[in-house]
Amino acid sequence: MEQLLLLLIFLPLVGAVVTAFTGSAAKHVALVSAILSLALTLITVCNFTPDASTQFAVNYPWIQDLGINFHAGIDGISMITVLLTNVLVPIIILSAYQHDYKNSNAFFALILFMQFGLLLVFTAMDAFLFYIGWEAALIPIYFICAIWGGKDRIKVNMKFFVYTIAGSLFMLLGIIYLYLQNPAHNFDIQAFYNLNLDSVQQSWIFWAFFIAFAIKMPVFPFHTWQPDTYTEAPTPGTMLLSGIMLKMGIYGVIRWLLPVAPEGVQQWGNVAIILSIIGVVYASIIAFTQKDAKRLVAYSSIAHVGLISAGIFALNTQGMQGAMVQMLSHGINVVGLFFVLDIIARRMKTNKIAELGGIAKQAPQLAIVFLIIVLGTVALPGTNGFIGEFLLLIGVYQYKVWAGVFAGLSIIFGAVYMFRMYQNIMLGKTNDLTIGFTDIKGSEKVVLYIICALIIVLGVYPKPILHLSEASVQQLIEQVTQKLTSVN
Amino acid sequence: MNIIITITVTALVVLYAGLFKAKKALLPLTLIGLLTSLAFVVTSWNTNQTYYGMMQMDNFALAFAGITILGTLFIFLLTQNYFAEHSENIAEYFTLILFSLAGIVIMVSYKNMSMLFIGVEIMSVALYILAGIRKNNFASNEASLKYFLMGAFSTGFLLFGITLIYGATGSFDLGVINQYLVTNYKSISPLFYPGVILLMVGLCFKIGAAPFHFWTPDVYEGAPTLITAFMSTVVKTAGFAAFLRLFADTFAPLHDFWLPPLMVIVCLTLFIGNVTALFQKNFKRMLAYSSISHAGYLLFSLIALTANSANNVLVYAAAYTFASIIAFGVLILVKQKTGNDNFESFNGLGKRNPFAAFVLTVAMLSLAGIPLTAGFMGKYLMFLNVMHDYQFYLVAFAILNALVGFYYYFKVIVAMYFKDGAEVELETPVQYKVVLVLSLIITVFLGVYPSVILNLI
Repeated sequence: MEQLLLLLIFLPLVGAVVTAFTGSAAKHVALVSAILSLALTLITVCNFTPDASTQFAVNYPWIQDLGINFHAGIDGISMITVLLTNVLVPIIILSAYQHDYKNSNAFFALILFMQFGLLLVFTAMDAFLFYIGWEAALIPIYFICAIWGGKDRIKVNMKFFVYTIAGSLFMLLGIIYLYLQNPAHNFDIQAFYNLNLDSVQQSWIFWAFFIAFAIKMPVFPFHTWQPDTYTEAPTPGTMLLSGIMLKMGIYGVIRWLLPVAPEGVQQWGNVAIILSIIGVVYASIIAFTQKDAKRLVAYSSIAHVGLISAGIFALNTQGMQGAMVQMLSHGINVVGLFFVLDIIARRMKTNKIAELGGIAKQAPQLAIVFLIIVLGTVALPGTNGFIGEFLLLIGVYQYKVWAGVFAGLSIIFGAVYMFRMYQNIMLGKTNDLTIGFTDIKGSEKVVLYIICALIIVLGVYPKPILHLSEASVQQLIEQVTQKLTSVN
Repeated sequence: MNIIITITVTALVVLYAGLFKAKKALLPLTLIGLLTSLAFVVTSWNTNQTYYGMMQMDNFALAFAGITILGTLFIFLLTQNYFAEHSENIAEYFTLILFSLAGIVIMVSYKNMSMLFIGVEIMSVALYILAGIRKNNFASNEASLKYFLMGAFSTGFLLFGITLIYGATGSFDLGVINQYLVTNYKSISPLFYPGVILLMVGLCFKIGAAPFHFWTPDVYEGAPTLITAFMSTVVKTAGFAAFLRLFADTFAPLHDFWLPPLMVIVCLTLFIGNVTALFQKNFKRMLAYSSISHAGYLLFSLIALTANSANNVLVYAAAYTFASIIAFGVLILVKQKTGNDNFESFNGLGKRNPFAAFVLTVAMLSLAGIPLTAGFMGKYLMFLNVMHDYQFYLVAFAILNALVGFYYYFKVIVAMYFKDGAEVELETPVQYKVVLVLSLIITVFLGVYPSVILNLI
């Protein structure tokens, strides 16, 4: 069983190297690698016992003199994010099939390399390893967005890069500090959990970590890099950013911030929730005014993530469980949305809402799948978005009623701007531009059908997913509250 | 000792070979000489021999000698046809570099202040000539003159410092001086303190730390690229080794005294180096300024003296040396084709020569300090070192500077991949390939598995 996790983590790296050296067949090689990863993940899920323990753990000395170990493992929380990553990567690769990217071998190799970094982040039980993965996921996405992106890509991506790396360097500072406090002088997660830090120290740790995670998610006011980067990136890049990479921030909060600095969270959690809720309302309002569909989805993503982040900082089981499901659902939905917009942009050469209209008549199949994805995004009961947002709202409501009210607004707002976008793009009169629209075919169909199936299945029967993370979440909450009560 | 003898003999043999017009034999002879001296580094490991109380070949000295010799070896491999374009007398330049290297080995192994002075002078005199090897080039002459004047100045400071310390302690010997500090801690002669400061100033000149850095950009830009590579990697490393030997060891009891001025120097160096590098349009000049900022990071090792200080410098110096060699190597290739070394000449390199572009990208990531490269390990160790003393503000300041660093290092990457340039094929000669690949392997290997050199010293 030990080898399973190693295989899971390193397979994408091997895939990346192989892909880099294949020529025009790169996309097939990449897809095979991604599907193998998915198969391995499914095997892992089947062998996973949904209790609170860390399973498939590997722990090898790496840089012994510095107390760095290659310590990785999977518990319920990791399982969800690993599943998310390995389900989405093949979908993302498949969605890029219709495009002709220059130097496609480099393009797909970078996607797989990023997958490697993400898996490191989601399984690392050693803070140093976590940091390595954190950066290893950033470099490839920078190159993907900056090489294959739109017109303004260089400036926009530099901003994105410097923003995120600024956050992560301060996180590194926090990690080094924790390492120095640790009498065993290593980066082991359990040792970090057991540290006895006073509340001042925990406040500092909170901010060092929170800013890094808040930039990644992004939480208001650290979000300014996001809309431009999402819009300028090539669609697979946008999908990787919004579908998976922002979950690194959420995961980081759950895995590192809450249990390592619970007092810091208690002290500053209010601020985090207020910022998150401001982000929800602010991004929703801005989403209303967007003329570009891709930008609209980018802002809606800020709103969704704000709700997830508020749910986590509410520090209760409902909020946390909601965050787990919503991470998965949001990843699937947002990838679907961006893919639909990519299909439209590829045919119409525009994502401007005003220029489109009446596509449903020309492309009935697209209309249906697009509708399902939109329904999932606005959290209609029976779709995957519902259960996550419902739990999140309960969590936030339990924390503070007003917070729940404002967060609830986001769902209404979301429904309005999403439906308006759908209506203006798909319904109405077919104009001169959209008259030539051809319906989805081939790999587009495959991708969209898979996404729709996931939306409906997870919406109707979310229990297995909830079950996967339940015990771990439960334990985490207990751990945090225990630490807090022992102090007070 | 045999290391210095080997290098010196090689230098003389090469000089004679040049006299007999055996141009083809120069490079092989040099390489054999350097490889032999590297072999001596390996065989003398852990022997810790002292020669007449003047030089001590401890592991510290050997490790730094090893890195400087290896760096020189790589730079020699890059000389293919390089000097031939500039001058008839290639043998002289080979010899001068080797003499300079001999001085460097003395600088990393001195046990007596007079040897420090002799080492610095042997190294510098050869460099003054090398900086000016393009006799008909104005910039090259300017570089040579500036370097010479500034070098003479700094030697003056160095000598004053040594004299004052001799006046206070009555000895040049590092052991005796250290003993003096330990035994007379309460009643150190007032001559000693200005001596320490003057030595610090003199050495800061040599390593190009602010505010004694003004010569670096002009000299680095004016000197032939290969000599610049030598100066900014090998020579700089040697300067740090000399610095460390004196301050981390001999003057360690006076840490509280020389720490405040050092802090000022570190902050200035980081800030000036980084911010000025940001505004450069010329790649070579950018590297010059960035080398100033790296000097700042390297000085971190002296702020908190731990058992690992020397070793951290070794890791950082290795990371910096090999990444810089890549940068200069690719720069030479690009310059040969385009004729200038501005950022624009790198435009579209990703298409013209994907291999060189990839290697240079890794080098830039390493210099910027991205994980999985040696540069990150170096920076990490430096931050860790300083965090031992809980100097948060300093580390936070360094982080802000590192962010600035990302901007200018990524400028090259942006030019290579995201901008279109002239569609001129750019070939990589075999020797360049060897150097680039080896440096790449070292850079990545030290980034992934630095354990090999973490406990060397």
